[in-house]
Amino acid sequence: MTVAQRSAGEITMGPRRERYLLDSERLLGPALMAPAVVYLILVVGYPLVLAFLYAFSDATTGSQSLHFVGFQTFVAAVKDPVFLTTLRNTFVFTAISQALVVILSTVLAFVLTANFHGRWFVRFLVLLPWTTPVALSAVIWLWMLDSIFSPFDWFAQLLHIVPPGGHIIFLGQSDLAMGSVIALQTWRILPLATVILMAGLSAIPSEVSDAAEVDGAGFWRRLFGITLPLLSPVMTVALLFGIVFTFTDMAAVFVLTGGGPGNATQVLASWAFYKGINGGNLAVGAADALIMFPVLLGLAAILLRIASRAEVS
Amino acid sequence: MAVVETKSLRKEFGHTMAVDGIDLQTDEGEYLVLLGPSGCGKTTLLRLIAGLEHPSHGDVLIGGQVVTHLPPRARQIAMVFQSYALYPHKTVFANIAFPLAAAGMPRDQRPEKVRWAASRLGIDGLLERRPRQLSGGERQRVALARALVREPQVFLLDEPLSNLDAKLRASARDELKEFQQRVGITTIYVTHDQVEAMGLGDRIAVLNEGTIQQIGTPDEIYHHPANTFVATFVGSPPMNLLTRDGTLLGFRPEQFLPASAVGERPGQMVFDFAVTRVENLGSDRYVYGHLPGVDPEAKVIAKLPSTVTTPVYVGDRVPFVVSGGDLRYFNQRTGTLTAAGEAEVKP
Amino acid sequence: MAAAQPRTIRGRAAIYLLAIVFAVFSGFPFLWAALTMVRQDSDLYVTTHNPFVLAKPPTLGHITDLLRNTPYLQFILNDIVIGLATVVITLVLSLPAAYALARLSGRWGEKVGIAIFLTYLVPPTLLFLPLSRLITVIGLQDSIWSLVVVYPGFTIPLSTWLLMGFLRSIPRDIEEQAQVDGYSRLGAVVRTVFPLALPGIFTVVVFTFTLTMQDFIYALAFVSSSSSMTVSVGVPTVLIRGDVFYWQSLMASAIIVAIPVALLYNVFLGRFIRGFTLGAVKG
Repeated sequence: MTVAQRSAGEITMGPRRERYLLDSERLLGPALMAPAVVYLILVVGYPLVLAFLYAFSDATTGSQSLHFVGFQTFVAAVKDPVFLTTLRNTFVFTAISQALVVILSTVLAFVLTANFHGRWFVRFLVLLPWTTPVALSAVIWLWMLDSIFSPFDWFAQLLHIVPPGGHIIFLGQSDLAMGSVIALQTWRILPLATVILMAGLSAIPSEVSDAAEVDGAGFWRRLFGITLPLLSPVMTVALLFGIVFTFTDMAAVFVLTGGGPGNATQVLASWAFYKGINGGNLAVGAADALIMFPVLLGLAAILLRIASRAEVS
Repeated sequence: MAVVETKSLRKEFGHTMAVDGIDLQTDEGEYLVLLGPSGCGKTTLLRLIAGLEHPSHGDVLIGGQVVTHLPPRARQIAMVFQSYALYPHKTVFANIAFPLAAAGMPRDQRPEKVRWAASRLGIDGLLERRPRQLSGGERQRVALARALVREPQVFLLDEPLSNLDAKLRASARDELKEFQQRVGITTIYVTHDQVEAMGLGDRIAVLNEGTIQQIGTPDEIYHHPANTFVATFVGSPPMNLLTRDGTLLGFRPEQFLPASAVGERPGQMVFDFAVTRVENLGSDRYVYGHLPGVDPEAKVIAKLPSTVTTPVYVGDRVPFVVSGGDLRYFNQRTGTLTAAGEAEVKP
Repeated sequence: MAAAQPRTIRGRAAIYLLAIVFAVFSGFPFLWAALTMVRQDSDLYVTTHNPFVLAKPPTLGHITDLLRNTPYLQFILNDIVIGLATVVITLVLSLPAAYALARLSGRWGEKVGIAIFLTYLVPPTLLFLPLSRLITVIGLQDSIWSLVVVYPGFTIPLSTWLLMGFLRSIPRDIEEQAQVDGYSRLGAVVRTVFPLALPGIFTVVVFTFTLTMQDFIYALAFVSSSSSMTVSVGVPTVLIRGDVFYWQSLMASAIIVAIPVALLYNVFLGRFIRGFTLGAVKG
């Protein structure tokens, strides 16, 4: 089956059958996706399976072999006296920081969508906490909350919260340490949530709000009656992202407090790290990490359902 | 020899049959229009001919060769899309030269060919511009030059005038037709606009629901529609259809005139026309109403040219006539044409 | 935009006030770090006077100390090498996948696309233990290449999503035109889609690069020698030597990285958002 040759002086075409494989649509799609999919299976899927295996085994960094031990590891992990504290801390850490993020980011999203002088600079500053690698921001906070040289001591003295020469031990007292870690996380996640909300805000057509204004609705009524309800799918997405992110985060705690004082700020993720890497007990580390999994799956499911119902546009 | 031929061509998308058994032959050098409402399969048919879709069944032949399984580049066709698909990142020159580069023509031979194509479309001066700097009409000409430069066997055009604003469309249509007649390359043209089709086509293939309803010259399509679909799709306002004695009787609005304006002629059919509305559009008057004596349900339109000055008012019952030769009869169940132009006695 | 521009004086004042509050909230730690970074020791380690006023003239000595006497520059170099290598791997894998998802996906294609995106949700804290074991098994422990292998695990899903959005915005017509004009599908894509997608690709490059700098846990778990560390790991571990904290240098190490990255983000933010939302629109 060849294509007719044209007479001399005009374009000649004579491609052969084999070269048409590149045009085959059925083969091309999977072929193009395959490398990425394979890579992800190797670097994400396989380790995920291993994580499960470890949690049900007695693996350590030293051992060469893996023995199946059923739920023993989980029991050992849970029975660890620190475990309950860790679990509680994780929930407190996540819940408070994300609740704060939701409220603050909503306000900030409205502020940043309004036009005002210096908006670019404000946006730059607001983004800094998110764009800076977390370890570095944590180091900055470490200095900022230093027990002797913190500038907040100076403010506190001015406001007579502490006596002159007094110091606030931000990272040395359990409650203050927890508060500090929560503050750091809120400060970090706020920009991400704000950006998501800003994108959501820009997708709401102004006609809706305008129509309400013509109907006589004042600022607050429009805000709570129209804009926020329209924004709520995006808010939920932002919230869930923040929760998933925070629930499994270890960097803030690790660098700022190391989990301390004692284990007052230890969270599941950092605890898993200590057990698994520093302690060498892969199984227990994996088990600790895995306990986060059901929560995550639940959240992922909710995220998916919301994402498919409210199509972002 | 037919330049383009399709044999029992079928294309299925999921559970819908977009193209349902089409046999088509083009005449050499003709301008064939594929006309139909959206979803009728005309664009799918064009894409099948181009090779951008694979048929579920049947064959496509171009220049006598079976090309059914060959990709577009092997079919010696050129296509112009509705959006013109000019490469935005290339100059006009590079756009036109693109097919030559694809065919492997040596770089030094290309400018001559590009200039030849450009001059045939009058765009010699635009070669260094980029698409975004061109007007709609200029873009069409660039797209045509790019199509011409390979000297293909057939041009495939997919509603290229739809994106132009109304004023431009008429002159662009004129240019297109004139261009095609000069160049003489077989052209298949898709449109949903029946005025365009009538104006451009040497022959028109009217499609509906994946099949060809009728294929013929504009005159044949208009005056001898094969079925009620063609009869009502082509012509604006559409043909009047009445149910009478178990058949459908049809005549066109411009053939329905006041008896007093026409006078008595043999073979006429006279109707008692009850007028409900009159629109004066300047060049024509549209008179809406119904025929209580024949088919009280059917809405009937008469199109009176401004040269017919007979006063007609809402609420009148006026005798209107259709000349016998203009009558068409269709089967009530299948819609096909059964008879034409038989003179009947007054109802 | 639904957030109407406030027309009352009260409204505008509220906006400015809030903007200032948030700006201070977000930026204060960096201000403090910047002040610290140029303070002399004798000015820093005192608690008597207003900490926002420099009692002694500022010095760049700590910064030069950081750059000359610590492995900091090595850390940055490692970040750059890792970032670039990760970008290359990510592009090579996600660009074709994104094209397939944008153009060629049927029902199953959509599902695979969502599955790819879901892998981003698998937290590193779950994977780092098995991965650290795997890294040791293939002999890459304590090497920057361990990170180059692992990072695409999270950069690929995001890049694919972004690229898919950008590719979708290129009209299909142009590719088909190129096919009719004489190229195979691959040739058509390379010649038409690719040049038009370059701005999007560039955005993805920037995004991927900055994403690799964010990681902490993998770098911490896989690498222990300072010569192979990234900035994220090196600064909190190596630069904090025992009980002696050279705070000025530490602050400098953070600021030097934070500002350029933030500038990059600001420039590209609009495009990131567009790419993400484009990826979310079906069809």
